[in-house]
Amino acid sequence: MARVLIVAEHDGSSVLQSTAKCVACAAQMEPEAVDVVVFAGDPDSAARLGGQAAGIEGVTRVLAIADPANAHAVAAVLAPQIVDTAREYSHVLGPSTTFGKDLMPRVAALLGVGQISDIMAVEAPYRFRRPAYAGNVIETVECEPDGMLVGTVRAASYRPSPAASSPAPIEQRETSADLPRHTLFVELKAQQADRPDLQTASRVVAGGRAFGSAENFALVEQLAEKLGAAVGASRAAVDAGYASNDLQVGQTGKVIAPDLYVALGISGAIQHLTGIKDARTIVAVNRDPEAPIFEIADIGLVADVFEAVPALIAALEQRRR
Amino acid sequence: MTDAPRRILVCIKRVVDYNVRVRVDNERTGVVTDGVKMSVNPFDEIALEEALRIRERGDADEVVVCAVGSSDWQQQLRTGLAMGADRAVLVETGTSLEPLAVAQTLHAVVQREAPMLVLLGKQAIDGDNNQTGQMLAALWGRPQATFASSIVLSGESARVEREVDAGLEVLDVDLPAVVTTDLRLNEPRYVKLPEILKAKRKPLDVVPLGELGVDAGRRFRVVRVEEPPRRGRGIQVDTAEQLVAALDEKGVL
Repeated sequence: MARVLIVAEHDGSSVLQSTAKCVACAAQMEPEAVDVVVFAGDPDSAARLGGQAAGIEGVTRVLAIADPANAHAVAAVLAPQIVDTAREYSHVLGPSTTFGKDLMPRVAALLGVGQISDIMAVEAPYRFRRPAYAGNVIETVECEPDGMLVGTVRAASYRPSPAASSPAPIEQRETSADLPRHTLFVELKAQQADRPDLQTASRVVAGGRAFGSAENFALVEQLAEKLGAAVGASRAAVDAGYASNDLQVGQTGKVIAPDLYVALGISGAIQHLTGIKDARTIVAVNRDPEAPIFEIADIGLVADVFEAVPALIAALEQRRR
Repeated sequence: MTDAPRRILVCIKRVVDYNVRVRVDNERTGVVTDGVKMSVNPFDEIALEEALRIRERGDADEVVVCAVGSSDWQQQLRTGLAMGADRAVLVETGTSLEPLAVAQTLHAVVQREAPMLVLLGKQAIDGDNNQTGQMLAALWGRPQATFASSIVLSGESARVEREVDAGLEVLDVDLPAVVTTDLRLNEPRYVKLPEILKAKRKPLDVVPLGELGVDAGRRFRVVRVEEPPRRGRGIQVDTAEQLVAALDEKGVL
């Protein structure tokens, strides 16, 4: 029987949905217990965040650990505390977000066990499906049901576990681990509030080489603004200097799975397609009817971007009225 | 201050080139790699580029490029030498190691080389595990800064900007440390022919894995590899208005 420990992700004020998704994943493991550990900088935050975690359906118990060192999630500081807590569990899970990707391998190595990254589905408590090669292949991986297992849970594969009818009990715990002082959190520079983050946005509008210049690339931004979407770019557009590196979508850039992806003047190189194929709806606008992007697009429009994008903006404005 | 060289160790992986469309093999337990173009993992190339820039700024004396794999991997280490690394180390093994075993191996290399900084890509584009750097930092008991988009060394510490979901996080880490590199850190240089020729004369040490006393056993077994369901071609529209109408119909707007 699986005893699962989940490391909660929060932003200081709220427990993030990624945590409820981990609970949903744990529920597939025939669990005997699903405990959530919450790290916070002070007892008040620990109680508040612990209360939120306790309100997730399927949670058996919440462990709330308050320590000034936990005010910001620093992997080197959290990992030894998780190791201290983990001894009575068979599985230790975290979300496959930058928080969990950073933290969980450190936990696994301290425990001396392997990790399964990006769990998409649980076939049995020690048998999982996960993507590799940017989602171009799906691996089924298993191990002997002995010892402990660390895993990260792929957000796009799970719906968050709903709110519980009655909250789970919360246990306050002290930090017993020896915490390192070699890593210091300095600051978090948050995203501009008016522009959604490319990695987590529900809508993304991306442009390719067809725009011809950084000035013309502003058309991509205009349509993105109209749709409340994040802006992305193909590798070709980035290489040509039309858009910055951090906007690159594809296997060597960001692999994304928005509800809506609009590809403007992007032909669809393999490495780009692998980065977007988990999008729910893909729209492609390209002058070349033979462009590979059309092979995976749900809606295709063969047109020049300089005509089609202003027309799209106009049509969206028309629709609003 | 000691006179020991300020060394950067860069760990690279040989992977299927990012432009290759991977295919599941006949046994359905892996992907076809025979006759397929292999390259340095793109994120590791960024790590190497950063190490070279740090050395060129005068903040490091030596850049050592290291890999854990078969003798074929010498080819990618030579690429690293051609980019500008001073020397290379191949820990040679015929078997494919899991991330924890790779981290244990790199930890053994770290103990031999005593670097002030270890740089590697945030993940390899084959397994997409995103584990090795963090595991190495844990085994070494040193700081980690993953997904770096900026690295500035100052004396005994480094200030690293990290690309996290909520924005950019800034960490100060004591050296030595492990930093894993993200896409926007830099754009790797192109290798010129004279450098390729010069790289053939640079030292490349081969160390058998067995010499390092690492348990290379696998814990995980890949029981099946398959391609995900394919997306079909959708509908074609003729105007922007029709496109917006089609989106409306799908309930996407």
